[in-house]
Amino acid sequence: MNIATPVMKRTIKDFTSDQEVRWCPGCGDYAILKAVQKTLVDIDADPDRTVFVSGIGCAARFPYYVSTYGFHTIHGRAPAFATGIKLSNPELDVWLITGDGDALSIGGNHLVHVLRRNVDMQILLFNNEIYGLTKGQYSPTTQKGTRTPSSPQGSVDAPLSATLLALGAGARFVARGIDRLQKDLPGILARAHAHKGASFVEIYQNCIIYNDGVFEGLTEKGIGEDHRILLEHGKPMIFGRNRDKGLVLNHDRLALEVVDLGEGADTGRLLVHDETNKTMASMLAAMEGPDMPVALGVLYCNPDASYEQEVTARENHDRVDADRLNAMLRQGRCWTVGEDGTGSGG
Amino acid sequence: MTDLQVATAGNTASSRRKLDSVVVRFAGDSGDGIQVTGGQFTLATALAGNDLATFPDYPAEIRAPVGTTFGVSAFQIHFGDRSVKTAGDAPDTLIAFNPAALKVNLPRLPKGGLLIVDEGSFNERNFKKAEITANPLEDGSLDDYNLIRIDITKRTLEAVKPYGLSQKEGVRCKNFWALGLVYWLYDRDPAPTEEWLKAKFRNNPKIAEANIAAMHAGHAYGETMELDGFGAYTVPPAPIAPGQYRTVTGAEAMAWGLVVAAGLADKEMMFASYPITPASVILHHLARLSDYRVTTFQAEDEIAAVCAAIGASYAGSIGVTSSSGPGIALKGEALGLAVAVELPLVVVNSQRAGPSTGMPTKTEQADLFQAVFGRNGDAPMAVLAVRSPGDAFDVAVEATRIALTYMTPVMILTDGYINNAAEPWKIPDVRNMVAIDAPYHTQAEGFHPFARDPETLARPWAIPGTPGLAHRIGGIERDALTGNISYDPANHQKMTDLRAAKIRGIANSYGPLEMAAGKPGAALTVVGWGSTYGAVNEAVQDLIGEGADIAHVHLRHIWPLHPDLGDVLRRAGRVVVPEMNNGQLLTLLRSEYLIDARPLDQVTGQPFRIGNLKAAFRRHLEA
Ligand SMILES: Cc1ncc(C[n+]2csc(CCOP(=O)(O)OP(=O)(O)O)c2C)c(N)n1
Ligand code: SF4
Ligand SMILES: [Mg+2]
Repeated sequence: MNIATPVMKRTIKDFTSDQEVRWCPGCGDYAILKAVQKTLVDIDADPDRTVFVSGIGCAARFPYYVSTYGFHTIHGRAPAFATGIKLSNPELDVWLITGDGDALSIGGNHLVHVLRRNVDMQILLFNNEIYGLTKGQYSPTTQKGTRTPSSPQGSVDAPLSATLLALGAGARFVARGIDRLQKDLPGILARAHAHKGASFVEIYQNCIIYNDGVFEGLTEKGIGEDHRILLEHGKPMIFGRNRDKGLVLNHDRLALEVVDLGEGADTGRLLVHDETNKTMASMLAAMEGPDMPVALGVLYCNPDASYEQEVTARENHDRVDADRLNAMLRQGRCWTVGEDGTGSGG
Repeated sequence: MTDLQVATAGNTASSRRKLDSVVVRFAGDSGDGIQVTGGQFTLATALAGNDLATFPDYPAEIRAPVGTTFGVSAFQIHFGDRSVKTAGDAPDTLIAFNPAALKVNLPRLPKGGLLIVDEGSFNERNFKKAEITANPLEDGSLDDYNLIRIDITKRTLEAVKPYGLSQKEGVRCKNFWALGLVYWLYDRDPAPTEEWLKAKFRNNPKIAEANIAAMHAGHAYGETMELDGFGAYTVPPAPIAPGQYRTVTGAEAMAWGLVVAAGLADKEMMFASYPITPASVILHHLARLSDYRVTTFQAEDEIAAVCAAIGASYAGSIGVTSSSGPGIALKGEALGLAVAVELPLVVVNSQRAGPSTGMPTKTEQADLFQAVFGRNGDAPMAVLAVRSPGDAFDVAVEATRIALTYMTPVMILTDGYINNAAEPWKIPDVRNMVAIDAPYHTQAEGFHPFARDPETLARPWAIPGTPGLAHRIGGIERDALTGNISYDPANHQKMTDLRAAKIRGIANSYGPLEMAAGKPGAALTVVGWGSTYGAVNEAVQDLIGEGADIAHVHLRHIWPLHPDLGDVLRRAGRVVVPEMNNGQLLTLLRSEYLIDARPLDQVTGQPFRIGNLKAAFRRHLEA
């Protein structure tokens, strides 16, 4: 029997704080904030049980703008704070907001460990391939040769891949989205939320001031579709403006290849996305332009027990009263000294 | 040693000489089980009713080559029929298991001291490893000592023969042979050690039996051998306050203190740490206490550890983090955040000799400045210091009480000496301890995250999950009431003043300032802190006994200082500050009270010697 009960659905306004948003006009962070707020509505999040934790950076200002609990911590260390929060209260729903500098430079160590431990939280990495807050220096994801105030002749460092790093660290959920692809982002975020354990989502974000347009090739109408592929579990890997390209595995080279899906093409060779396949996820994560599309959506999802669950299962959280504490202090060998000063073993 | 001929009902026909106190030092290779031997002797001595203090002296290397001087491990115990507060300046008896142990430890033994060596290990191979050219047993270099040569190795192997052990396993029993001999020497009961061995080798009864046999053989050797200059002694029990006792190391007492404090507050504890000598022992103890609402988290580094602890406090647990100086340095930025967001946090610093890696296994008190001042910005923090192993329990409870009452991080300064040293400890009855009142704020009406308790200036602890209290906190300066980001100049002044006033106000919670010895107004007032307590106090007590006008104040509260301290110091003729650093408390006292306090520094990595302190105090008294 189906009894229809009217549900008072929360709205985006219910997840908006009274603080004025201070990002630069046109910053990609606005779009991500909207997508997250929409996701919170979609998943019917409880503001009283939701905590946004962040490090430092433009992205990390995020918690001030969401009317849940929020903790803006220190540069790079948000994963450690979030781990402490989950260990203290596994019931809380924790979202971690970080930037490419915050997560991959100063906080690289913590990111690796929160992923390998599989602490249950959503980690959203706003990757603008630049240090925004400190006015535009190159970051660990900045393309080689980029001129910035600290690399006037072009940066020399090779960039790293956040998703490959996450997979290498043992992340059990790895996804990618783009600020401008508003249609896809809430779905990806909802999947991240549904996954129990550490869910890692890299979100390409445009910094309009210091690194404008780095992701334009992926988002521009009419062109972007040819350079990105939205993965869906169990679906053949097809992409392109006209859905006329596909991904196949070249067995000789053990590499992915793009094939044209013209008339009479052999679609039987097309790869079908299996998000539980880590090898495939790694190959998909590694794809980059101009020859290969950038992989979006859920690249990998293969749940395992989460850290805080395993830890708390080993502990006893019953109230500890004075009698139990007294017994604890008296474990092992004790002795009693009587009024006359003589001792007796016990 | 006082020689008093008295007949005792000992287990030998001969009479035992009565001593008021004795210092025994066991020394051998780190693989010889020296620390285990010392631990068992400590327990037997406590059960014999003596007061005692111990000092385990580990080698810095984990697995140094066998027989080398840098692989020497030692354990010193001082016990007596009166109050004992230090492990003793110098041993009366030294037991050396090999040439390297003899070489390293002989300089500590006064002429005429009792020296027991395992002759069986004095061979060319071991001389070479210890870099000794001539056999010290033969070249006359030990003529000034009361030398007892016993082939302990051979006698141990004979004793354990019936148990069919390998040669290697058999030799490993020799520490218990020696322990048996020393038990006989000082009239200790071996029975508790027997029990301990049986429990320890539950799954390998052969090994337990062999060790027990070796111990009995050592004991019997003492009983039956008439050895020149090798009498049996007895040390009568000390006058000890009635109650239930056990031995504790500082690390155990710290761990238990934290757990009991969490129990008194009826809160969970989250202890986050990254391994570092000499702090790790506290983590090890707590890791075994997961039955008592304790979560231990071995983080990826010290920064993660402190951040996880702060995260736990934010979510409603008592966050605790623990490290040593180098790790505390890494935590600095996060400690500033804890100060800024005003969350409870207990930070334990087991100090070691620095700077940098310094001497990890050696003791120093050189992190006082780091604790009181070591953060960017005006970031005041309460700092408490532990004076002895048992005191760690009380300090842990007080630190937690302050952290929760004032919503603030509190730093505890202890050290490797205290963590590893043991003393008899009167076990408190938790039912008589005062509960720690740390309620979560739940009232949504009129809630402001930075509204303050008018008395303590503490802000409310509003934990995530509480309906209607969702709010944001962070390291950016915040409005004095709403907690919203604020760059307002007057607000920053106000917040800085409030943070300072809150920490200063913690001094209102202290009990009266106790004199550790003597009275206020003495010609010489000695101000100490931390693990120098025993040595300083014994030195001052001795001088008072000699009629000197001297007093001792030992500070638990390093910051804020005790409200009555200024008065005591100003009334003193002269103030001298012994500490194991280059004058850190001294500088603090001078700047706080504008007094001409004098330094008495030692940074050798070794504890103060009572004799040296007395000589220095005499010089100040005569100046
Ligand atoms: C310990 C410390 N070092 C340096 C900084 C300065 N700092 C603040 S944010 C930042 C980089 C932020 O870059 P990213 O994480 O990519 O965030 P974005 O601003 O681009 O969103 C730096 C270097 C700091 N706040 N703390
Ligand atoms: S600097 Fe860049 S990343 Fe930061 S707010 Fe402005 S546009 Fe956004
Ligand atoms: Mg960035």
